[in-house]
Amino acid sequence: MSAQPIVLAVENLTVSFDGFKAVNDLNLYVEKNELRVVIGPNGAGKTTLLDLICGRTRASAGSIKFKDQEMTKMPEHQRVRKGIGRKFQNPSIYESLTVFENLEVSYPRGRTVFGSLFFKRDAAVRQRIDEIAALIHLSDRLEDQAELLSHGQKQWLEIGMLLMQDPELLMLDEPVAGMSVSEREKTAELLTRISDNRSVIVIEHDMDFVKRIAHKVTVLHQGKMLAEGSMEKVQADPKVIEVYLGH
Amino acid sequence: MNTKLKALWGGYGTVLVLAAVIFILLPLSLDLFRLNLVGKYLTYAFVAVGLVLCWGYGGILSLGQGVFFGLGGYCMAMFLKLEASDPESTKIQSTPGIPDFMDWNQLTELPGFWLPFKSFLFTLFAVPLVPGILAFIIAVAMFKRRVGGVYFAIMTQAFAAVLSILIIGQQGYTGGVNGITDLKTLHGWDIRTDEAKYLLYYINGALLIGVVLLGRFVIGSKFGKLLLALRDREERVRFSGYDVANFKVFIFCLAAMFSAVGGAMFTLQVGFMSPSFVGIVPSIEMVIFTAVGGRMSLVGAVYGSLLVNYGKSYFSETFPELWLFLMGGLFIAVVMLFPNGLAGLSNQWREWRDRRRPKAGGTVTPLTAPPAGATPPPAGKDPLPPVASVGGGR
Amino acid sequence: MDGMTLSEIGSLLVMQGFNGLSFFSVLLLMALGLAIIFGQMGVINMAHGEFLTIGAYTTYLLSVVATDYAPWFMNFYFIAAIFVGFIVAFIVGYLVEWSMIRHLYRRPLDSLLATWGLSLIMQQAFRSTFGPKEVSATLPDWLMGSYAPTDTIDIPLNGLFVMGLTLLLTGAVALLIFRSRWGLHVRATTQNRAMSGAVGIDTAKVDRLTFALGCGIAGVAGAAFTTIGSTGPTSGSLYIVDTFLVVVFGGAQSLLGTIASAFSIAQAQSTLEFFMTGSMAKVLTLLTIIGILMLRPEGLFRMRVRK
Repeated sequence: MSAQPIVLAVENLTVSFDGFKAVNDLNLYVEKNELRVVIGPNGAGKTTLLDLICGRTRASAGSIKFKDQEMTKMPEHQRVRKGIGRKFQNPSIYESLTVFENLEVSYPRGRTVFGSLFFKRDAAVRQRIDEIAALIHLSDRLEDQAELLSHGQKQWLEIGMLLMQDPELLMLDEPVAGMSVSEREKTAELLTRISDNRSVIVIEHDMDFVKRIAHKVTVLHQGKMLAEGSMEKVQADPKVIEVYLGH
Repeated sequence: MNTKLKALWGGYGTVLVLAAVIFILLPLSLDLFRLNLVGKYLTYAFVAVGLVLCWGYGGILSLGQGVFFGLGGYCMAMFLKLEASDPESTKIQSTPGIPDFMDWNQLTELPGFWLPFKSFLFTLFAVPLVPGILAFIIAVAMFKRRVGGVYFAIMTQAFAAVLSILIIGQQGYTGGVNGITDLKTLHGWDIRTDEAKYLLYYINGALLIGVVLLGRFVIGSKFGKLLLALRDREERVRFSGYDVANFKVFIFCLAAMFSAVGGAMFTLQVGFMSPSFVGIVPSIEMVIFTAVGGRMSLVGAVYGSLLVNYGKSYFSETFPELWLFLMGGLFIAVVMLFPNGLAGLSNQWREWRDRRRPKAGGTVTPLTAPPAGATPPPAGKDPLPPVASVGGGR
Repeated sequence: MDGMTLSEIGSLLVMQGFNGLSFFSVLLLMALGLAIIFGQMGVINMAHGEFLTIGAYTTYLLSVVATDYAPWFMNFYFIAAIFVGFIVAFIVGYLVEWSMIRHLYRRPLDSLLATWGLSLIMQQAFRSTFGPKEVSATLPDWLMGSYAPTDTIDIPLNGLFVMGLTLLLTGAVALLIFRSRWGLHVRATTQNRAMSGAVGIDTAKVDRLTFALGCGIAGVAGAAFTTIGSTGPTSGSLYIVDTFLVVVFGGAQSLLGTIASAFSIAQAQSTLEFFMTGSMAKVLTLLTIIGILMLRPEGLFRMRVRK
């Protein structure tokens, strides 16, 4: 896996809110087709890191390079079009649209005002929606209003919406929070499957889940990188044990 | 074949009924005076239809639609006024050939910005474009900086205040508080005759149906779904690769231009335009037309405009004391009791009935009115115990 | 300005500045209540002006009672009016929050429309009760007359009084928000409603009190308002847009911002009135505020918060 090129390079990244550094001089490199899990105690800066990469928060200093292109000054929608997808912590779907429409709206064609006015639902769109729906176990719910889905299904739907865009880097913020055991199972499978041909960053608290999916784990603490490596290596690191069990 | 017809009816049935009401029912059952009044109410419906798109679907509440209605109306009024102020009919003025109110205000020359309105072609373009460009400037400035919600509403209200103060304050250029009055002819065609009034009523109705159809096209497209998506989850849309501001700018400008067409038709049918249609109070009243009809229903908005305005003239003639109570009550009622207005009543009634009849696995009530003919939602799987769905804030 | 001596011009400037300060007081008095309701709760109360009118009519009623039945009360009724105005507006505000606002907290645009409806109803209620004509409270002697430090400077006492009252009220509001237990609860609720509820703050009660207090302050503003103008059914609504702009311009959650923005808006407008007609001065002021807000939507003062 070490031969893979770097897709995302975060260097000396810092953001401060009124003097408080939520992310502090952070370096992070994610390779092509890698599934990286970011863990850390509450307030470690995990969600802020994803916010910085996707542009929801502007960096105070440092650089974010995606496929060797500087991202820090780029508006959010441009970053998406370059291939960065982001799933939010609480399922963020369009409740008043059907599952089908949720996926259709996320299809990366007709993204301009006039493009969307004259967008045609052709065979390619339908086919793509059917594919994704099968992947996220929602094939039989396509015509239902999205607000009728269960919590876990909403999470899958949002992942599906991101897959519609076929991003090269997919970032997921606690995708299994609030899911039942069987749903977690299916989600783990789903994540493994979709990381086949793209890089994925996942924030997760559930250690069993992390163990199942992670190629490599990054531990954040107070905005800084504490440890990085395989799950076994990180779990054995005394600094990590201190942060999680200490105090 | 039969199902095809049904589908067609489901798509356009309500519009057909509306067209029948406007073109056949009303003209046959009302005298010309009343019909002209209805024509006036229907010009407000342009604003209401625009608000369905912008507010109902897009979630952008504009409290300044009177600005665009007024600007459209003023553009038309300026052309008509210039035609009515030919040197022959204004020869008793100290400066013949300029509008009477300018003469009263000691102006001796037509102000520069009036000059292009001598051309009818220019006026035709100016009616939608002047308000459209203003809307574009406002919308770009606000939406690119992600000002929205109540802030945007307050800003539009401030614009309504500014324009009405400006028009009233600059009487020499605008006709002041009286507005632009005594409009007579359009290219020599007298707009005050009975035939003209009938014709204008029909033109107005046809334009309105056109605007409703255009609205349906927008709602039915991917753009329409994006509007709903934007209203509910702006961030998600942004992080799906859309430049959200552009979509808001477009729908706001479209609503403004609809309003402007209504304003111009108002001027033609009623024969004057004044700042009393521009300020804060008329602008917010226009929102109630939409709210009463149903903020998610284009056709409903037209009926809402008719109903509220009919109620307004009925009550202010017979029980003037009651009208403001009623109007105030309407604002509160449509917000607290009937969020989808007239158009949503049948759904609300069905939900209420279903709730009274206890049923296993009660259906979840959607917030927005589902489109007519949508399949009833199947009883979904029981949702998992909710994960504290806090956050989001207000 | 030909033919004026330097001291005359100086006096003119002082009086002009004073006019600005008077206007500042009115704006700030109205904005204080609004800043609490909008800034702390995020609720747009379009009927805020009507709560001011409630205070003004209360004062008027008390002055009628004093002149007709209790002349001895004449010198003091105004002090009483400030308290009664507060209490009446507070109670009405409390009821409005309970019956209406609390159902609309998650729908700010809807609360805007509903409170607009409320303002129409209140205006008509005033009109039906007190008639469409404006009324004036008879001022006690100590509020009449003016203070004239030089021959050319003439400062009305009622204006001075309103300014003093504004200062006092602003101080009281600041103390309430930043020093009292209630203020702590309000600020906690503003920042994290769920957490506040979890640590035992009755957030529904905090909301109700906050709203009622904002309305009560408008009632006091109404009492003060009677000393410089007459009261009609729509007196309060005249200033509502200006007041919202004051609050937004100041940065919705900053008391200091509200004060600064009321001051700059009032001074700008009264200075401009010196050069042009009142309506043009207003247009120019409003446009300037709108322009600045377009460049800086968060207002003059703001907090940067981690999302």
